[in-house]
Amino acid sequence: MSASSAFSDEKGGSASEPEYGHDPASGGIFSSDYKRHDDLKEMLDSNKDSLKLEAMKRIVAMIARGKNASDLFPAVVKNVACKNIEVKKLVYVYLVRYAEEQQDLALLSISTFQRGLKDPNQLIRASALRVLSSIRVTIIVPIMMLAIKEAASDMSPYVRKTAAHAIPKLHSLDPEQKDQLIEVIEKLLADKTTLVAGSVVMAFEEVCPDRIDLIHKNYRKLCNLLIDVEEWGQVVIINMLTRYARTQFLNPNVNESLLEESSEKAFYASDDEEDEDKKAEVTTLEKRKPYVMDPDHRLLLRNTKPLLQSRNAAVVMAVAQLYFHLAPKAEVGIIAKALGMFEPYLKSFYIRSTDPTQIKILKLEVLTNLANEANISTILREFQTYIKSMDKDFVAASIQAIGRCATNIGEVRDTCLNGLVQLLSNRDELVVAESVVVIKKLLQMQPEQHSDIIKHMAKLIDNIQVPMARASILWLIGEYCEHVPKIAPDVLRKMAKSFTNEEDIVKLQIINLAAKLYLTNSKQTKLLTQYVLNLAKYDQNYDIRDRARFIRQLIVPTDKSGALNKYAKKLFLALKPAPVLESPFKDRDHFQLGSLSHLLNAKAAGYQELPDWPESAPDPSVRNVEVKDSIPDWSKCSSRKDRKEKKVEKPFYSDSEGESGPTESADSGNCGESSASGSDESGSGSESEESREETESEEEEEDEEEEKKKRKKLDKTKAKKQAEESAERCAIHTIHQIRTIAPSGSIKMYELLHRITGEGLAVEYCFSRQPFSPDPNMVAVQIQFTNNTNSETKNLHIEDPRLQSGMRIREFAEIGLQPTGESVTVVMGIDFCDSTQAANFQLCTHTRKFFVSIQPPVGELMTPTFLTENNFKKEQGKLMGMNEILEKLTLGEKCVNEHVIVERVTATANLSRVPCGSDKECRFAGKTVSSGCLVLVTVTTKEGGGAQLTVNCEKMVIGTMLVKDILQALSQ
Amino acid sequence: MIHSLFLINNAGDLFLEKHWKSVISRSVCDYFFEAREKAVEPDNVPPVIRTPHHYLINIYREKIFFVSVIQTEVPPLFVIEFLHRVAETFQDYFGECSETTIKDNVVIVYELLEEMLDNGFPLATESNILKELIRPPTILRSMVNTITGSSNVGETLPTGQLSNIPWRRAGVKYTNNEAYFDVVEEIDAILDKSGTTVFAEIQGVIDACVKLSGMPDLTLSFMNPRLLDDVSFHPCVRYKRWESERVISFIPPDGNFQLMSYHISAQNLVAIPIYVKQNISFFETGSSGRLDIAVGPKQTMGKTVECLVVTVHMPKVVLSANLSATQGTYNYDPVTKILLWDIGKLNPQKLPNLKGSLSLQSGAPKPEENPSLNIDLKIQQLAISGLKVNRLDMYGEKYKPFKGVKYVTKAGKFQQRLSEWLLVHTEV
Repeated sequence: MSASSAFSDEKGGSASEPEYGHDPASGGIFSSDYKRHDDLKEMLDSNKDSLKLEAMKRIVAMIARGKNASDLFPAVVKNVACKNIEVKKLVYVYLVRYAEEQQDLALLSISTFQRGLKDPNQLIRASALRVLSSIRVTIIVPIMMLAIKEAASDMSPYVRKTAAHAIPKLHSLDPEQKDQLIEVIEKLLADKTTLVAGSVVMAFEEVCPDRIDLIHKNYRKLCNLLIDVEEWGQVVIINMLTRYARTQFLNPNVNESLLEESSEKAFYASDDEEDEDKKAEVTTLEKRKPYVMDPDHRLLLRNTKPLLQSRNAAVVMAVAQLYFHLAPKAEVGIIAKALGMFEPYLKSFYIRSTDPTQIKILKLEVLTNLANEANISTILREFQTYIKSMDKDFVAASIQAIGRCATNIGEVRDTCLNGLVQLLSNRDELVVAESVVVIKKLLQMQPEQHSDIIKHMAKLIDNIQVPMARASILWLIGEYCEHVPKIAPDVLRKMAKSFTNEEDIVKLQIINLAAKLYLTNSKQTKLLTQYVLNLAKYDQNYDIRDRARFIRQLIVPTDKSGALNKYAKKLFLALKPAPVLESPFKDRDHFQLGSLSHLLNAKAAGYQELPDWPESAPDPSVRNVEVKDSIPDWSKCSSRKDRKEKKVEKPFYSDSEGESGPTESADSGNCGESSASGSDESGSGSESEESREETESEEEEEDEEEEKKKRKKLDKTKAKKQAEESAERCAIHTIHQIRTIAPSGSIKMYELLHRITGEGLAVEYCFSRQPFSPDPNMVAVQIQFTNNTNSETKNLHIEDPRLQSGMRIREFAEIGLQPTGESVTVVMGIDFCDSTQAANFQLCTHTRKFFVSIQPPVGELMTPTFLTENNFKKEQGKLMGMNEILEKLTLGEKCVNEHVIVERVTATANLSRVPCGSDKECRFAGKTVSSGCLVLVTVTTKEGGGAQLTVNCEKMVIGTMLVKDILQALSQ
Repeated sequence: MIHSLFLINNAGDLFLEKHWKSVISRSVCDYFFEAREKAVEPDNVPPVIRTPHHYLINIYREKIFFVSVIQTEVPPLFVIEFLHRVAETFQDYFGECSETTIKDNVVIVYELLEEMLDNGFPLATESNILKELIRPPTILRSMVNTITGSSNVGETLPTGQLSNIPWRRAGVKYTNNEAYFDVVEEIDAILDKSGTTVFAEIQGVIDACVKLSGMPDLTLSFMNPRLLDDVSFHPCVRYKRWESERVISFIPPDGNFQLMSYHISAQNLVAIPIYVKQNISFFETGSSGRLDIAVGPKQTMGKTVECLVVTVHMPKVVLSANLSATQGTYNYDPVTKILLWDIGKLNPQKLPNLKGSLSLQSGAPKPEENPSLNIDLKIQQLAISGLKVNRLDMYGEKYKPFKGVKYVTKAGKFQQRLSEWLLVHTEV
C-alpha cells in the first residue's frame, strides 16, 4: 500500500510516546493508575473465567475509549488459549490492537492460532486465521502465507472467505509476497460460492487490479453469481467488472446515429418480413458493419439491472455508474428512475429550506443543468424563492445559477438581467454583491444594449461595500467607459478620494479604471490618473506598487517609454471574450462515477483509471470456460438454444454445496438485447418486454431454489424428507397453478387485454391445440375480441411485433368492422422457437394501440405424436443421460386413478397418450412445434401415493420446465 | 477500505474509537472538528472531508457523528451505507442508538464492530447472523451470565453464513407465530404561500416484524401494486416475482427488518391532508410584526390527524413572540429562532389558531428573507397513497400464523413556503 508510509508516521508517533502518556488521567494519579492495572492483572491470572471476562471487558472498554492498556500485554496474552470463548474473543481484540507494539510477546500467541487453524469448528478456524493475519508482525509472514494457502482450500466457504480477507492484510505487511498471493487469488477467483466472490474480488482490487487476465475465465460466473452475493461484495464486483468491460468490449456508442437504426432493425433481419424497404435498409446496414454487442457485455448489463432495486444505495450507485459507463446511450435512461436524473424528475430537485447546505448546492447544480428553453421559466421562478432564503451561501449560489441559466439560454438573458438588477436594491449586501459579479459577466456578452444598467451600477458604488462587487463595478465602468462618458470620470474622482481605504482588489481596479479613462478621455482625467498612480506608488502592497509602475510606463508617454506605448489603447481596450459561466462540477468526468476521486475531483490513492474502450475487441473466446463453448453466433436462434443447454451443464449449477447456483440464467432472453435498447419504445412496451424476460428466468430461479433447499435438506437427513419437499414445492408454485393448469376438459382462456385498459375492447386468447395450417411450425393461438364499447371498432389488426430473434408471427387478417357488443374469434400463429419467451405486439384499432404480449406455458409448445410402445421405448433409449429428468413426487389427494393422471398431464401439456402394457405406468408423447424435438413423459405410480415422473427431451430447458408444470398438476 | 471509526457526540467528545488496521491517531479528527465548527448546523458538515493523508467520511445520526477514516479509493456511498448499517445494528441491539447505550454496552459494541468489518471490508452485517455470533443484551441474560459465567458469544458459525439465505437463521422456534407489517408513508411536499402544491411525493416503507418458526416462505400481495413506482427491496425479496407478478415473495429474516421501501412520484396526485393559512408580516417601522396561523383538514380520508406540529424558522431579527394559541402550546426559541407550535390532535369542529405579535431587534430593518414553515403530523390507519395489502400467504410451514397489517401516514419533509414570487416576472 503506497499510503502506508504516511500513516505509519502517525502511528510511530503515538507508539514512541511513553505508554502512560496516553491516559489523560495520568500525571497526578499516575501511580493509582498502575494500581488499577494491577487489579486487572490479578483478575487475569485467576482461575475463574468470570473474573477473567470481567477484566477483559474493562480492558476492551479502555481500548474503546482510546486509553492505553499496552502494559497489560503479558497478562492478557497468557489467556489466548482460554476455554471461555468470550474471553478468547476479547483477547483477540486486544492482541490485534497491540501486537504491533509488542512484537516479541505477540509471538508467544502464534502457536495457539496455528492450533486453531486445525480446529474442527469452522468458526474457530476462521477466527484463528483472522487474528493471525491481523497481527502485523513481519516475522510471521511465512506462517501467514502458509495459513492463507491452506485456508484457501478449506472445505468451509466461510474459512475461504476469511482467507480472501487475509490476502490484502499480508500484502500490505509484506508486498514481496505479491506473486504468491496472486496465485491464491487466482485459485479463490475460481471459487463458485457467493460467499467468497465479493471478498476475493476485493483482494484482487487491492493486490493486483491490473491483472485483468485473471478475470476472463471467471467473468461469466461472476455475472451470474452477482445477484446472490451480499451487498458489499456486489459493489466491489460491479466496480471491477465496469473496468473489465472497458478493456474487453467495444464502445456501444461508437457510432451513435447508426446504432439507433441498426439495433432496431438488424435483429429483425431474420424475420420473414415481406417489407421490401426494410430489407433494403437491412442490407445497407450490413454493408456498413453495424455494431453488435458482445453477448458477455449484454450479460453484464442484464444481470446488474435488477440490482437497481437494492435497498443499498451503494449498490444502486454502482449499477448506475456501470450503465453510465458501459450501456448504449438509449439504455442509460433506466437508471434515471432510480436516481432521478432527468427532466421529468425536475421537481424532485426543488430545494427545501431544511436541506443541508451541500444538498442544496447539488440540487441547484442539477436544476441548472436541467434548464432548457421549455422549463426555464419554471426554474427561474423556483430560483427566485431561493433568493429569499436565510442561508446566505445558498442565496449566492442561487444567483450564480441564475447567471448560468442566462448565459446558456439566450431567450431569458434579458429577463434574468432585469431580475438581477432588481436584486441590486436588496438590503442584503451579499445578495447585491453576488448579483453585481454575475451581472458583470452577463453584460460582457452584449454591453451595447445595456448602458442604462451600467449607469445604474455606477451609482451603486456609493453603497456597496463588498470588495469583489466594487471591483466588478469599476471594471465594468472602465471597460465600457464609452457608454457612460459622463459618469466614468466622476466615479474615478470618488475612488481617488477613497483609494487608501479600499481593499487591494478594489485598488487594482481603480488603477485599471484610471488607465482606461486616461487613454480615452485624457483631457478630463489626466490629473486624477496621476494622483491615483501616485497614491499607488506608495501603497503598502507591492502588487499595487508594481502595477502602478507598470501602468505609468505603459500609458504616459515619456522619452524612455518603449514601443509598447503606442499600443496601450489596443492593450487595454481590446475586445475581451465574454466569460463562460461554468459549473463548479465540471472537469471531473474522467473519474469513474461514484468514486471518491470523482467526488473530490482529485485522484485518491489506489484509484484505478477507467480505461478507454479498445479500438477493436480483444478475443472474446478468452472468457469461454469449456472448450465446446464456442463463440455464440448471435443472430441465430439455434445458438441461443445451445447456450441454454450449456447453462444447464455448467458445473456450478449442480454444485454440491448448493449455494452457488445463479439466480438468473446466464442467457435468458439474450436475443432481446436489440429490442430492449430501442429508445423510441414507449413505457408499456418495454414493460411487457421485461416481464417476458423475467418470467422465464424467474421460473428457473424457483426451480433452483427448490434444488438448493432440497440439497440442503438431503445433507442433513436423507430419508423422510420427500413428503415435505413436495409439500413445499406445491406451496411455492400455488401462484403458477392458477395460471398454467387448465381445468380438466376445458381449454384455459388467458386475458390479453382487459376491458378497462382496452377502453371497452376485451381480448382473450387460448391455445386451441389445433394444428396451424398455414405454417405447421407455429402454435395456433385463438383470439377472441369482445367489443363492449357503444361504438363500432374498426380495422382491428396487429402492428409492430417485437419478438425474440428467430420467433415469427403470422397475423390474423384485419377485422374490418366489429359492431357493439359482439364477439369475434380469429386464429393467429406464433412460432415461439420452442421457448416460453413472450411474443409482444401492438393491437391496433382505428383509434388506439395497445401493447400486449402472449406468453405460452411450456406445455403449449408441443403437439401430440403417435408412438407405439416399442417406438416409445426405442426413442426413450436415445434420450438418456442429460436428456432425461427424473423426479419423485407424491400424488395429490385427487389423483386417485390413472384416469385423473392422464387428464392432468394432458391438460398441462399438449401430448398424446402412448399405449402401455403396465397399469402402473402412463406414457405420453409429443414433439415441439417449432423444431420437432420429441418430448416423452412417463408417470410411474407406486404404492401409497408415491410416483415417479420421467421426462425425456433433447431440449433440456423445455424438459425442466415441463417437469415442473406436470409435478404441480399431479401433486395437487 | 475502512481504516478506523470514531464516534463523536454533539459536544465534540470523542467517546469511542475502533481500528481495523493499524492504529490511526485520534488527532486526525481535528480536521473533522474544524469542519464541524465551520458548518454551524451538524447537518451541514460535509460528508467527505479531505485531510493531507486521509479522507474522513462521516454521517450524523441520533446526535452522534460516525466518523470513518479512509486511506484509499472507495465509493463514498459504500462507506456511508455501512455507517448507517452500524447505527441500525446498535439500534437493533440496544433499542436505541445513543451515546448512553453505546457507552453502557461498550464491550458488545466492540465485539459487533469486530465482526462487522475484517481488515476494513464488511464481513457480517446481517442482523440475524450477528445475533447468533453475539447475543443482544437482556437483563435476564446478563444476570444468568454473571452467575454462571457463560458468555454472550456464539461458539459455532451462524447457520445463515453458509446458506443461500444468509439473512435467516435456521431452527427458529416460536410458540406464538406472528407476522406484522407496518406500512409507513411519509409525504414530502413543498406548498406555496397559498397552499397549492408545488411538488409532492410519497416515500413509503414497509417495516416487518416476523416471528415465525421454521423456514416460512411468504407472499405479500397488494390490491393496487401499480401505484408503486420506484421500489427497493430487502435482499430476501425475489426481484423476479415482483417484476412478473407484482407480488412480494420472500423468506423473511427473523425479527424486525425493513421489507421494502417505495416511492410514489410527483406524477401521481398526492393528497395533502391539511391546509395551513398563515400570515406573517413585518412592519416597516416599529420593529414588530404580526403572525397568524390557522390549520385545518383538507384530504384526510375521514381519519383524524394527530401529533400535529407546526415549526416556523424565523428571520434572525425576530427577538420574541407574544402569541396566543386556541389549542396546544407554542414555544419560541430566541437562540435557534424556531417557533414551535405543538397542536396535537386536529379537531375539525374547532380549528386551531395561533396569533399574536412578533418583536424585532430595535432599529433593524424589516427582514427580507422569508420564514419557512414545516409541518409534522401523523394519521393512523391510513396509507395516504391508497396502497392496500391484499393478502399474506405462507408456504412451507404447516402452522397458522397470526398476521397483521398497520398503516400510518406521517409528514416527511413537508414545507410550506412563505415567499412570493415578486422579483422577476418571466413570461411563461
